[in-house]
Amino acid sequence: MLAYDMEAILPELALAIYAMVALMWGVFNKPARAGSTLNWLTALVFAGLAVWIGFTPEGTRIAFGGAFTDDLFARFGKVLILAAMSVVLLMSRDYLQRNQLLKFEFPILAAFAALGMMIMVSASDLMVFYMGLELQSLSLYVLAAFRSDSSRSTEAGLKYFVLGALSSGLLLYGASLTYGYAGTTLFSGIASSVTDSMPVGLLYGLVLILVGLAFKISAVPFHMWVPDVYEGSPTPVTALFATAPKVAAILLLTRILFEAFGAATKEWQLIIAILAVASMFLGAIAAIGQQDIKRLMAYSSIAHMGFALVGLAAATSEGVQATLLYIVIYVVMNVGIFAFILSMRRDGWQVTDIGSLQMYSRQAPAKSLALLVLLCSLAGIVPMVGFFAKFYVFWAAIEANLLWLAIAGGIASVIGAYYYLRIVYFMYFGESNEGLDSTMNRLGAAILMITAIIMVVGVINLFNLTDVAQRAAMVLLN
Amino acid sequence: MTNLLSIMIFTPLAAALIMMLLLRGEEKQAQLNVKLLTLITTAATFLISVFVFFEFDPSSADFQLLEEAEWLFGLHYKVGIDGISVLFVMLTTILMPITVIACWNVEHRVKEFMAAFLVLESFMIGVFCSLDLVLFYLFFEAGLIPMFLIIGIWGGKNRIYATFKFFLYTLLGSILMLIAMIALWTIADSSDITALLNFTVPSASLTILGLTIPGGIQTIMWFAFFASFAVKLPMWPVHTWLPDAHVQAPTGGSVILAAILLKMGGYGFLRFSLPMFPIASEIMTPFVMWLSVVAIIYTSLVAMMQEDMKKLIAYSSVAHMGFVTLGIFAANRQGIDGAIFQMISHGFISGALFLCVGVIYDRMHTRGIDDYGGLVIKMPVYALIFMLFTLANVGLPGTSGFVGEFLTLVGVYQYSSWAAVFAATGVVLSACYALWLFRRVVFGDLIKASLKTIDDMDWRERIVFAPLVIMTLLLGIYPSIVTDVIGISVQHLVSHVEESRQLIAITAGKN
Repeated sequence: MLAYDMEAILPELALAIYAMVALMWGVFNKPARAGSTLNWLTALVFAGLAVWIGFTPEGTRIAFGGAFTDDLFARFGKVLILAAMSVVLLMSRDYLQRNQLLKFEFPILAAFAALGMMIMVSASDLMVFYMGLELQSLSLYVLAAFRSDSSRSTEAGLKYFVLGALSSGLLLYGASLTYGYAGTTLFSGIASSVTDSMPVGLLYGLVLILVGLAFKISAVPFHMWVPDVYEGSPTPVTALFATAPKVAAILLLTRILFEAFGAATKEWQLIIAILAVASMFLGAIAAIGQQDIKRLMAYSSIAHMGFALVGLAAATSEGVQATLLYIVIYVVMNVGIFAFILSMRRDGWQVTDIGSLQMYSRQAPAKSLALLVLLCSLAGIVPMVGFFAKFYVFWAAIEANLLWLAIAGGIASVIGAYYYLRIVYFMYFGESNEGLDSTMNRLGAAILMITAIIMVVGVINLFNLTDVAQRAAMVLLN
Repeated sequence: MTNLLSIMIFTPLAAALIMMLLLRGEEKQAQLNVKLLTLITTAATFLISVFVFFEFDPSSADFQLLEEAEWLFGLHYKVGIDGISVLFVMLTTILMPITVIACWNVEHRVKEFMAAFLVLESFMIGVFCSLDLVLFYLFFEAGLIPMFLIIGIWGGKNRIYATFKFFLYTLLGSILMLIAMIALWTIADSSDITALLNFTVPSASLTILGLTIPGGIQTIMWFAFFASFAVKLPMWPVHTWLPDAHVQAPTGGSVILAAILLKMGGYGFLRFSLPMFPIASEIMTPFVMWLSVVAIIYTSLVAMMQEDMKKLIAYSSVAHMGFVTLGIFAANRQGIDGAIFQMISHGFISGALFLCVGVIYDRMHTRGIDDYGGLVIKMPVYALIFMLFTLANVGLPGTSGFVGEFLTLVGVYQYSSWAAVFAATGVVLSACYALWLFRRVVFGDLIKASLKTIDDMDWRERIVFAPLVIMTLLLGIYPSIVTDVIGISVQHLVSHVEESRQLIAITAGKN
């Protein structure tokens, strides 16, 4: 029995052991060398684990008495999380080195965060889920404050910590209420208590858990920390925040909603829909006035989470499939954009001001074109892949008779198009200025180009991702 | 050739890709290479379209040269043409090489400019060929990005405002259409336009929030599609982006915008609104008619007072598009024939008029009407060509402008004589503003010192205008070239609309 359980969590176990060994190794080595080596090694380990998990034979394994599920849905999330973390680590190298941040703690904290996220997407028990979430959050709090000599980074870390603690508190309260009324922490057990005549306490539990998770995915009205944390954290950390943790939180939310509260669809459908609408609109409108590209991306990610929630609000397997697709495309787009933001530098200093992009297209036509493609994709303008992400969530919403949600999403995406186009405006129509340093490292440039090409070529068949997403969604809804 | 249409659609795109990847440098020779490659590509695309035209059999109302392949989410990549779309394809492919020659003098970021035009051409041809809802939307919307850049980079002083307005206006209209498309796809369980043409969208009245909507779902969907096409065409009162965009766009951009992009709106009405929502169209016909009549009279009056030549022509475009909507929604043979004819002919005429403005703008760098006068003394050839297109714009018999307006008015008269009467005043008003413009620019004394040294058109410019002159006169004298090609398809469309209306009337009678 134990062997079976251990086999199911083998990748997590491997990562945990790796992280602890690496920590020891890092402590006993020269900081400069350790940081550089561990950065490579951790990225490699992430990539290796992603491949390993990706090629695990199909089938569901439920371990630890139902507390841990290793199914296609979880593997889908894990591959995405690990791949995103791996790429983010690799592309951060240059930045970290230039800013004397290439310490060995960085990759190790990232490894622990990844471990937490992997546990989150596999969790099918309130305890396990909370454990994963906290492991992830604690690592990320430290990462946000990683630049300890910068007051803004410290402020970001503190803000994130305080609000994160608040959300964890709410989450725990919700979990304990749920436990109290369902008598079990297992999702499958909760599901059997969730009926049409379920106790009100269970409903409160659900709502509080939703609130806690809404903090993590930065859905409005629980988004206040996002812009400050994104802006204050070192850019590699922001890139990390914008990608993998969102995947983990959305997938965890999906699993709780469908596995534990699948019978109470009509109770949470409207809550999710309202979170979605509020996020889409706030993200779109608040981003218009931003001058700092990291802040802008913060609001952009709020809006994108809103769109992803539209799929969940549909509460169908198509909806889950749409959300999964959306989140994958979102991660790829953000990785590309952040690869560029990491390289934004003027006279050797890191800049994040959108104005510094003035007439960038003269200076670097190819990179500008790639950025144009990525921005259009983020805005959901055809013929980029980002359009299909939005298209599919709208379709799922309309199939589920949520026409108003699709219309609201459509209008929000038009408003949102404005601020992405504003960046295009600076790049292509602005006045000439001194411009950015043309020192993007090869890896960053390659990532930028590859993501842009994916955004265009993906239109042909989305790399058959729809099939995988569909099978992953079916696992959850059957 | 089983995939002639795909080859035609993607040739310009492939050329743009090659250009972006392989051609480098800003020096004269590199610029020339870019321009030559663009010219050759657009000419080749035109040749392919000629093949398409001869492969096409105008004696059948079916979609021809079909190609189909699986795509995402159960959508299809399906292209094909019928009598209505083939002419729009031809219009696009003819005008592109002309525009490229007309833009030969561009020196600022030539490579991007030409690449944007090539990409735009692919998307425009794609719009007229696609037979899948989402594919259509894809091409319909994708054209926004190159046009956004064309206006924004190479435009006039106030280009930023104009290009953002253009982009967001059209995008908002289209998003509503997209949502209606998804809804239509869900209801009909097919995104294939050929199948949807034979699908009857439910038209039972609905009551929402105490408000009875006659035509129910059909009317709601009709409005969503209308939002997109009316902005694109554009119809009054959502036309305000057009004068801004035209004034700020570079000459080539204005030509393409007026000649082809606007026609997508009219094409959309013919392909979607009328055949797919016949009942809603019937209910909404008076509404469209009055909007069109207001557009014709109001924008003609506004045109008269313009100080800027491009703005004047832009308003005149809105007025002429009013005839198109009148003709389409009259839903009879003459009306639709006339509307299509009007769109094709307006493509040539408005394109030529913008080129005429471009000719003197290149020399004097001003578009103000008051800055000119007496040009006929120094530029006789220009005066002649400008006069021809001015008169064609007015609708002088013998030019293509006349046929279109006449046919639409005949069609509209059968539906409502009042609408026809009001629309006819538009013809008079168009004579006022167009002839007045011509008089102020070309006639009078040559008093402006700066104009004393102006040169007449050179050979390149004459070559540009030659095909436009020929087409305008040819279509005016022998309109059958158009009506023969569209005839069967239009007949099919009209009878389809009538049948479905009767069918509903009968079932409604039974209940």
